[in-house]
This record gives sequence, structure tokens and C-alpha cells, in this order.
Amino acid sequence: MELENFRREEKLPPQKLAIAQYVVAAVLLALVAGMWRLSVLGADSYRVLAEQNRVRKVPVLAPRGKIFDREGRIIVDNYPSVSCYLLREQTKNLDADMPRIAEGLHMTVDQIQAILKRYAYAPKYQPLPLKQDITPDEQAFIEAHRTELPELQTLDEQRRLYPRDGFMAHVIGYVGEVSENDLKQTRYAFYSPGDVVGKSGIEESYDEELRGQDGSRDVIVNSHGKEVGLMGQELAKPGRDLYLTIDLDLQKAAERALEGKTGAIVAMDPHTGEILAMASRPTFDPNQFAVRLSKAYWQSILDNPDHPLLNKAIQAQVAPGSTFKVIMTMAGLQENVAQNLTVSCNGGATFYGHFFGCDRHHGFVDIHNALPYSCDTYYYTLANRLGIDTMARYANSVGVGVKTGVDLPEEAAGTMPSEQWKMKVMHDKWYAGETISVGIGQGAIQATPLQMARALSGIASGGVLRRPHLVMDKELSADELSAVKQTFPGSGEKTIPLTPENWQIITDDMAGVTGPIGTAAEAHLEGVDFVGKTGTADVVSGRKKGDHNRNTIPNAWFVGMTPRRNPDIVVAVLWEHGYWGNNSAKLAAQVITAFVNKQREKAGNLVKVAAVKPQVGLGDAAPAADANSATTTPADPDAAHSPAKKDNE
Amino acid sequence: MARIRYRDFDWTLLGFVLTLSLISVLEIRSATAMTKFHGFHTKQILFLLVGIALMFVASMVDYHRLLDIAYIAYGVSIVSLVAVLIPHIGQKVLGARRWINFGGGVHFQPSEWVKLVLIIAMARFLWGRAGEGKELSWKDVGKACALVLVPMALVLKQPDLGTGLTYFPVLVVGMFLGGMRARQAGIILLGLLVLGGIGFAAGKRLKPYQQKRIDAFINPDSDPKGSGYQIKQSLIAVGSGGVWGKGANQGSQTQGDFLPIPYTDFIFAAFCEEHGFVGATLVLVLYFLILVRLIQNAQTASDPPGTLLIMGLVGIMLFQIGINIGMCIGLMPVTGIPLPLMSYGGSSIIFTFLALGIVMNVRMRRFVN
Repeated sequence: MELENFRREEKLPPQKLAIAQYVVAAVLLALVAGMWRLSVLGADSYRVLAEQNRVRKVPVLAPRGKIFDREGRIIVDNYPSVSCYLLREQTKNLDADMPRIAEGLHMTVDQIQAILKRYAYAPKYQPLPLKQDITPDEQAFIEAHRTELPELQTLDEQRRLYPRDGFMAHVIGYVGEVSENDLKQTRYAFYSPGDVVGKSGIEESYDEELRGQDGSRDVIVNSHGKEVGLMGQELAKPGRDLYLTIDLDLQKAAERALEGKTGAIVAMDPHTGEILAMASRPTFDPNQFAVRLSKAYWQSILDNPDHPLLNKAIQAQVAPGSTFKVIMTMAGLQENVAQNLTVSCNGGATFYGHFFGCDRHHGFVDIHNALPYSCDTYYYTLANRLGIDTMARYANSVGVGVKTGVDLPEEAAGTMPSEQWKMKVMHDKWYAGETISVGIGQGAIQATPLQMARALSGIASGGVLRRPHLVMDKELSADELSAVKQTFPGSGEKTIPLTPENWQIITDDMAGVTGPIGTAAEAHLEGVDFVGKTGTADVVSGRKKGDHNRNTIPNAWFVGMTPRRNPDIVVAVLWEHGYWGNNSAKLAAQVITAFVNKQREKAGNLVKVAAVKPQVGLGDAAPAADANSATTTPADPDAAHSPAKKDNE
Repeated sequence: MARIRYRDFDWTLLGFVLTLSLISVLEIRSATAMTKFHGFHTKQILFLLVGIALMFVASMVDYHRLLDIAYIAYGVSIVSLVAVLIPHIGQKVLGARRWINFGGGVHFQPSEWVKLVLIIAMARFLWGRAGEGKELSWKDVGKACALVLVPMALVLKQPDLGTGLTYFPVLVVGMFLGGMRARQAGIILLGLLVLGGIGFAAGKRLKPYQQKRIDAFINPDSDPKGSGYQIKQSLIAVGSGGVWGKGANQGSQTQGDFLPIPYTDFIFAAFCEEHGFVGATLVLVLYFLILVRLIQNAQTASDPPGTLLIMGLVGIMLFQIGINIGMCIGLMPVTGIPLPLMSYGGSSIIFTFLALGIVMNVRMRRFVN
């Protein structure tokens, strides 16, 4: 390129470039002079400052908020504890010190090595937890050797104390060290490695409220690491206490009823959505997670085929069986189909060329005895008349196949099939024949116990569906409440299409179920207006003859409430492989008994409800099912789906 | 056409630069040894290798080609500085929008490369206007001011006071060498003083944290936990290092986590603590040799734009050295300006080596034409 503007000999003024050299020299000389002032003239006084004036930040951990039941009884408490931390940057020769540290803290060198290895990735300035819950003895050892072993530091902590034996474990959840994966999520952006956070249940969903804010003390230490003064401190802000909607008395009854079984019980107030009890079995011990989790315990949880960490009340998704007939009845009545439907039941009926069985010859069945009889033929016919999309509309309106929005993490949505659903999920069209089995709560339909409790609450309360929740609304400020509601989907109230007349029919029909000849007659409570609906849901369709593997035994369901009109409490029970619905009804009766007795006690009524014979396990249930149901025990229509009878189909 | 020989490459200058870079790597290693930034020195070595490679690439392209595209690059710079301020494009980190995120961990900080573009654009602007005996008109002075102040304002808006200020020496050097008259300089200085006085009186123009920094500079004890804490710890580090220093990896202020960010902005304080007045003076001597060598190259350039390119780099480097070291020893308020060739950080290194590449380029073409 031609530089027409410059000739070769043209230059910038050379004297200006010489000036530039002087400027450079002047600036650098000024800096040298500044350094001379500090490093040569001031060296001694700054050396003293360096020796003395060193500030170390010691964290002051905020105690986590406590958790109470609705009556202010404590569920989760804290206890003070002292831990020993290792400051790796404070040591000159850790390897040499290790035997002494091990001896003083009653550990082995191998244990310390293992901790160092475990935290090899952690930055060096970060204190490592060496031993939690140290004894006064060990504390004294650390104090006495402050100069020789400056790498040891004690820290006062508040540790979580959970109820024993896994009581309420699924609702409360547990805490643990925040994982590396958690830290990558935005909600944990302000957490640092080593922080303790809620890992499941209430501990997780209300972590922000419960955790409080850690403070710190700026301690002046000398070059030996000894504290010589306090420069300033920021007090820790304790976490906020939470009051749950749980009633400990009902919770105890629910936990006791499930003892030795697998399944879940949910009790809720249909007028407010407050969950009064929620139990799930098998359970786990959250205390094991709060301190260091042992490998053996973790392995035992992994090995358990019934998934103890799963909260079956909100995460078990199974066919609701005949309990779904309550929703079918509502749909039938609201669509004006059920009122005029009378079916002649001859042990089943044929639809679309396929025979669908019923357990008995019920004869003429109409809307008033269909629910108490749990007559499958009636509901097959009703389903056929309504069609899957109408059924799905009503089921969705009461929350089947939809998350309830309960304030617990990882709720399952369940499934309510429809034509659109099948096309989307299976890329196939819906066949009319499939509608028939969905009519009795079988087939692709899946619900959680909490969904069924909520659905019944919606119907029983006269048509208002509420968000089930575990933390008392009134304990939260408006801001907190709206934040929680935003976090959990399906919030807010919804109105269900249900006329008062139909509401009356449904609740009356449910009374027949716990009546003397109903399917849950054994759960009948004398003097208590306890009504409900049983369900016995097949778990495997292609079962072989004579297969008595536990996993093929049907799930026993029950949803019930008291009293019949405007109930105060609704209970849903899922007993996995519990054989038949009546068994679950008896578990629900135990919770209802506790509830009614408590109500009566408060009202000054000393007459207690006679307890239902406790159901211990399947050993008791099996003979009852095998007995001649026509004479000794009330007919269990759901038994149609028991293994023995199903073989005939 | 061009007689470019690598014999003409300034190997002496490169030797000084690499010596300083080696000191930097060793000090970063020492200063981060006990922290979670341990291992940054290996990253620094990688940055250096990339920088050196880019320097050779930059030395090959005739700098007149760069002058040709100067205004296009300037336009792109302005667009990217505006883009960075737009939410969704600019990424907000710690309250400032400075980066454009391309995803996949690739971030780009436009304000850094704008330094280089400004040096080139200023040289291009003065093309034909500068030369012995030439004087700038008021109109030229106005245009040159706009050239620098527009991107500077955009960067201050991010806000990034440190990087914004480093554009200023480009204007000063350009005006000084370009032939600004003493009267013009006097009037502008006076104007700035008046404006600054008004701004200072208003007081509100400064962000609270900037206000704090100035307070802390005047009286370090006024804010012992914030900016004052940083200055104080830095002074203690430099002062307690004494004449000979505490030795490599032995700085108690640095190793004990008392000195803030000892591998970037305060690396000089960390170096002083461990190597004392003697070590620090040696570093300043190295800077002196590098800068003088650069000025000599500027003198031998075959045309004024070549000289202006090199002197732009000299201006920026001297400015950064003065502000950064001045901050470490309490002569300047705390401003986030890296120390060239010493502070850890990829963008700073790549800027410096790219600029050095252009210097070599000018040097190797000093006999051309």
C-alpha cells in the first residue's frame, strides 16, 4: 500500500519521544520511592502489624428452625453439639501431627487419612469436618494443644434431632451436606460447599425458611493462630420455626396402623386442605443422614425392594381400583346418565366382543346400590355410555392425573388416560374397549393416595377442591405463602361441577359400603358416621395360575370420611399387596377412631369408639378372603380381581 | 517486496518480557498455593503460550493493513460495547455487565480488545495530521476526544471504571505526539478541572462503593473491613517484606489469606512481601527496560502511524503500572486495573502480546518503503 501522506523521511518530533522516556523514568522512580517509604523506612512497624494484626473469620452457624405439629408439640428439635474441624493451611507438617491428633480425638490415623482423601478436591483454606459430636474430653485436648496443633479448631453447631424409628420421616425429610450437583443449580447459587441443606420432605421444600443466616466472628489471631481479640461479629439469624398441619395424635394412629406393611395413609381436612396425617411404609431413620451416613445403612436402604426413601403418599402411582367408582358416580350423575341407568348384572357383560367379569350376580343394579355393591357390570356400562374423554374430564377436575401441589418435593402426577393422552404418549388411537376397564379404576389409570384423598375431599366438601398442604398457612406471611404457592403447581381452589342433589346421592351411597352388608363392613364403627369406598386393584395382568408371589397380590385401597355430610376428615389408605379393600378400610378406621375419640374428649364426651381389631399382616387377611364370602363375610365385589377368581376369566 | 527478517525481530525486548512473565508465573504459583485458586499458574502458562503465538501472527501482518480496517474495527467495537449493555446479550456478573456469553463457557469481554482497536484507530486518525511541525486544529482535537470518550463512556456504564480509565492514555499520547498546542491542552485541562469540581461537589455521581474507596484511600482506617481493609493489608504486606522479603512461598499476609486477590490486582504486594524492596525494584527496572525499548522502537519506525501504534501501547502500559503499583503501595485509590505481564488473567495477557506483535511488526518494517 502507498502511504501518500507520509514520506519515508517524515518523523514524529523526536524530542517528544525523548520526553516520553523521562516521563517513564519519573513514574517508575516515584514508585520506587513509595516502596522505599514502606519497605525500608516502615519495615519494622509493618512487621509488627503483620505479626499481630491478622483477622480470621470464624463462622457462627445459625440454628435451623424447629418443626412443630398443629398444636405446638415438637416434632423436630436441635441439640447443641461441638465439632472438630481441621484447618489444613494452619499446619506445617500434618503427617507428623496425625498420630497425636488421632489419639486425642479417639480416632485412627486411617480415619483421618480417609477424610483427607474424601475432601481432596476441597480448597485448602476450607476447614474439613474431622469429628462431629466430640466429647468434653476431646474438647479439652484441643484447647490444651492449641499451640502445638493449631490446625485443630472447634465449632459450636446445632444438630438436627428427628423422631426415632422413622416416625414421619417422609414428611419431614432430612438434612445433609449440599452436594456438588446441587451447587450447580440456581436455587443453591448462594450456598457453599459444606453447607447443610434440606434434602427431602419439609426440610427441602422449606429450606430457605428453616435455614436462617449464618453469622461470623472476626477474630484477631497472632502468628501462632491463638485468638487475641475480637474485631467484630455478625450474629447468626436463626431459622424460622414451622408449624405443620399434622396432628400428632392422628399421625401416631396412622403410623401404628401401617406398622409392618408397605403402603401409605393420608388424612386431610377437606375444608382447608390441611393434611392431618401422612405416613408411608417402609420408612427410614433421618438421624442417620443428619450425622455422617454409614455405608451399611445406605446399602440397607438401597437393597430394600420397597424403596424406603419413597413417600408413597405422594409418589406411589398405582391403579385406584374401585375407589375410582366414587368419581365415576359423580360423572354419571352430573352427565344425567346414571339417574336412568339400570343394569342387570349376571356376573359380567360383553362389550366390543370381550367379556368383562363381575364377581357376583347382582341382579338389577341402579345408582343407589351400584356403589355399595361395587358392581363392576354397572360401572362398565356407565363407562361405555360416558366415554373416556368425559371420564377424564371429571377425573381431572378432581385432580386424578394432576399434581395436587402439596408443599413437598417430587410429587408424582399419576395418569388419567384419554384419547389425546394415548395419542401423545403411545402414538396410538384409543379403543372403546379400553374405556370399560378404566371405568372400574383399572387399566392405564394411576393415582397417588394423596390424589385420591384430595379427590374425595373435593366431592365430600360439596364441590370445592383445595390444595393439600403441610405447613399452616397462617404461620406464613403473605409473601412467603405466595412464594410457596408459586413453587408448587396446582395451587389454589377449584370448583368441581357437582349439584347438591348429586352430592347427597354419592355420600349416601358411600354409607352402604361401611354398612352391615357393605364391602367394608368389618371397618364399621358403632356410633360413628364413617363412610367410604374400598378398592382392590390388580397389580399384574398376565398372572399365571397358582402364582402366589407377594408382588402379584392386589393392592388394597380405601378412601373414607366422617361424618357423611360435610366431613371433618378424609382418609385415604393404600396397602400395597394388602389383598382386598376391606383390609385397608380397617386401617383407615384406626385413624378415624383416634380422630373421633379426640373430638369427643374435647367436647367432654367420655364415650370412646370401640377400636377395630388391628390388622397385623397378611396372615390374618388371607383366611378372611378365602372364607365363603356369600355367607360369613359380606360379599367383596373387589375379590373378583383376587388371584383365585381372576384365573377363570 | 517487503524485506522482513526475523533477525530484525526485537529479541531483546522479548527477553525482558519473558523474564517478567516467568516472575509472574512463579508469584501466581506462590500466592495461590494455599487457596482454592491453586493451579492458576499453569493456566497462566497456557495464556502466555497463546499470547506468544498471537504475537508472532500479529508480527506477520503488515500494520498498514490494520490501519486500513481501523474504522471498521472501531465501529464493531462500539456496537459490541452497546450490545453488552443490553440485558439478555450482556451477562451480568456481580452487578456489572461486561461479558457477552456465547455459551459453552465461552465469554468475551469487548472492553479489553477495544484497547487495541483504540490504539490503531487513533494512529489512523492522526495519519497525515501528525508529523514534525504539524499542529492539530480544534476540530481535530474534538474528533479525537470523541473517538476515545465514546467507548470510555460505554465501558463506564457497565460499570468498569478500571478498564474505562485505561483508554485515557491513548488520547493523551495521541494528542501529545499528534501536535496538540500547549494552549489547547491548557484550556482542556482547565475545563476538566472545572467539570471535575462540579462532579465532586455533586458527589452523587460516584457509586457508593467508589465513594468508599476514595474515603478509604484518604483514610485507610475509615473502613477496616472493606476497601480500607484491602489497602491496609496490602501496605502491611509490602512494608513487612522489608528490604529482602520473607522468601518465596513465605509471605504470611499472602499465604494467610489476609491480602485480597494476591494473584491479580494485588500481585505486586504479594511479590513485595516475599521478595522485598530489592525484588520489587528489579521488577521496576525490568518495566523500565521494556518501556524504554518500546520507545526506541517507536523512534525507529518508518512512518508516524508506526510510532503512534507503539506509543499507544507505552501509554497504556505505563498508566496501568502506575495505577496498579500505586494502589498496592497506597499512592492511588483501589481500582480494578491489572498489572501488565504480572497479573493473572487471559484477556490482559492476550492484549499485551497482541500489541507487542504489532510493535515487532513496526520494527521489522522500519527499513521498508
